[in-house]
Amino acid sequence: MSKHLIDLVDIKKEFDGEPILRGINLYIRDKEFVTLLGPSGCGKTTTLRILGGFETPTSGDVLFEGKRINDVPPYKREINTVFQRYALFPHLNVAENIAFGLHIRKLPASEIEQKVSRMLALVGLKGFEMRDVTSLSGGQQQRVAIARALVMEPRVLLLDEPLGALDLKLRKEMQIELKRIQQSTGITFIYVTHDQEEALTMSDTIVVMNRGDIQQIGTPTDIYNEPVNAFVADFIGESNILPGIMRRDRLVHFCGHDFACVDEGFGEDTPVDVVIRPEDLKITPDSEAQLIGTVESIVFKGVHYEMMVRTEHFTFTVHSTLCEPAGKTVGLSVIPYDIHIMHKSVPTAQKMEAAN
Amino acid sequence: MKKNLAYPYGVWMVIFIICPILLIVLYAFSNGAGGFTLANFSEIVTYWPIFVRSFVLAFISTIICLALGYPLAYLMSRQPPQRQQLYMTLIMLPMWMNFLLRTYAWMSILENKGFLNQFFNQIGLIAFLQNHFGYTLDYIPLINTSGAVVLGMVYNFLPFMVLPIYTVLIKLDPKIIEAAQDLGAPMRTVFRRVIFPLSLPGVISGLTMVFVPSVSTFVISKLLGGGKHMLVGDLIDLEFMGNAYNPQLGSAIALVMMLLIFLCMWVMNKFDDGSSEEGGLML
Repeated sequence: MSKHLIDLVDIKKEFDGEPILRGINLYIRDKEFVTLLGPSGCGKTTTLRILGGFETPTSGDVLFEGKRINDVPPYKREINTVFQRYALFPHLNVAENIAFGLHIRKLPASEIEQKVSRMLALVGLKGFEMRDVTSLSGGQQQRVAIARALVMEPRVLLLDEPLGALDLKLRKEMQIELKRIQQSTGITFIYVTHDQEEALTMSDTIVVMNRGDIQQIGTPTDIYNEPVNAFVADFIGESNILPGIMRRDRLVHFCGHDFACVDEGFGEDTPVDVVIRPEDLKITPDSEAQLIGTVESIVFKGVHYEMMVRTEHFTFTVHSTLCEPAGKTVGLSVIPYDIHIMHKSVPTAQKMEAAN
Repeated sequence: MKKNLAYPYGVWMVIFIICPILLIVLYAFSNGAGGFTLANFSEIVTYWPIFVRSFVLAFISTIICLALGYPLAYLMSRQPPQRQQLYMTLIMLPMWMNFLLRTYAWMSILENKGFLNQFFNQIGLIAFLQNHFGYTLDYIPLINTSGAVVLGMVYNFLPFMVLPIYTVLIKLDPKIIEAAQDLGAPMRTVFRRVIFPLSLPGVISGLTMVFVPSVSTFVISKLLGGGKHMLVGDLIDLEFMGNAYNPQLGSAIALVMMLLIFLCMWVMNKFDDGSSEEGGLML
């Protein structure tokens, strides 16, 4: 595994005495696509701004290749940013926007021209050189903003919810495009978003944040399949989260029954949270059912139906391709592997190591 | 319905703007008896030094206003909002006082026995000049100089430079400045390549709003220039209100002045072409 490119060591940040970051510990490897994911106000953008040099942490260290860069101004960092609302220079055309940083580096004109046209090709805007940036669509402005940052050949590219202002279809296209650009350039991407699907699609590593703390660090599959607490489970996709008691290793009690599961090491008779994804609940004939419930409502979602199934103790959200009418009694079952057990509460100042 | 709302202003415009201009044109091309003539315009040529002086003094005032006003507007725009409001009030405060009163105040400051000269006397500056440099006057002439006229223009019109520039600067997206820093520009370069070019519409408005009243003022030159430094405004005033009563010539001068100002504005706006669509241009 490659070594750390960036280390954040116990970063704390306060604004007017209000803690925004409560001790962030995180390392980022070279060529990695890392996503900071969390609801608004969780501190993800502040973390990004500290990396870019636009904020200084109240305490803690930012290390770049092991060297402390807390006090290095933005213009001296080998890091470039794609801003949330693009922040293009309205008085310059497309080519001039992209060439801005190269002019400051005082590169020869021929080299600038070459690099700019290579960038335009990369982001699919060939022939737009002379266009006024204010006349471009949101998606095109976004591409200019990306090209403007990438042309600097930074070691790290920071992206602050860059797709937030685009419509769904364009956003999906740009997600794939960004991933392609990241892979072809080999630049480390640090991406901020509140959109869990975006994070799952593009990232090598996801950092889930809430209220200034890191909740979980892991690969998209880890985060989705093994959320460490109810917050992560709830934030990443839809979940049924219900209280249970861990009887002993591999046996959990909820909804009045004991269920086999695969989790160990919670001790005996420990209160826990149980997470079951809606798509992991199967509608089964009564004879094989572990739970019996009544369909309360059903909504067509395109690929599947979403049903609310009320059992004696809990109303489950179930995703299924089967269509069961409201009012019908159905059986539900779940295999042991799909029952996820989590500790009841997570101390807020818990420090985490990267999961992988 | 919306169209009807514009009628009152339309009527106002015809009565108080279009008609007077037509009258001026009519007067400018007629002699005392009411016949058509171009003599008024050929007479203007003899007054060209006054035109030159007007434009030179107005130009100097405008440049000084820009040199003082831009840094002020820039620093103001970077203060916390509370402080910005305080500064704004301080800039506007003199404008709430009567224009004439302000100019009279300057007279008493600049007079030969005025506030400044008393001060120079107190600190022994005048005695020093007399003893060491063979200075003969017992005061330093301040009033009735071109300098006093320029000072009066700068003092009275500086807010018109600060306000439009400030308005453009506070609207500037701070993210654009961050983007420039992010791309490797230290603050000096950010200013030169981003902030200043984007503030040009405000600068053009400011230049216009200072230059136009400066070039056509007559009160300031009369009170602070003592009639020695006649400007076009004074000349027009003289043709209409003074002993040299000649409204036809006055109208011709006013018309030529209008055309010259229009030309200046047109040239100025050319500089701004294509750099930005935002920001109101005053014409």
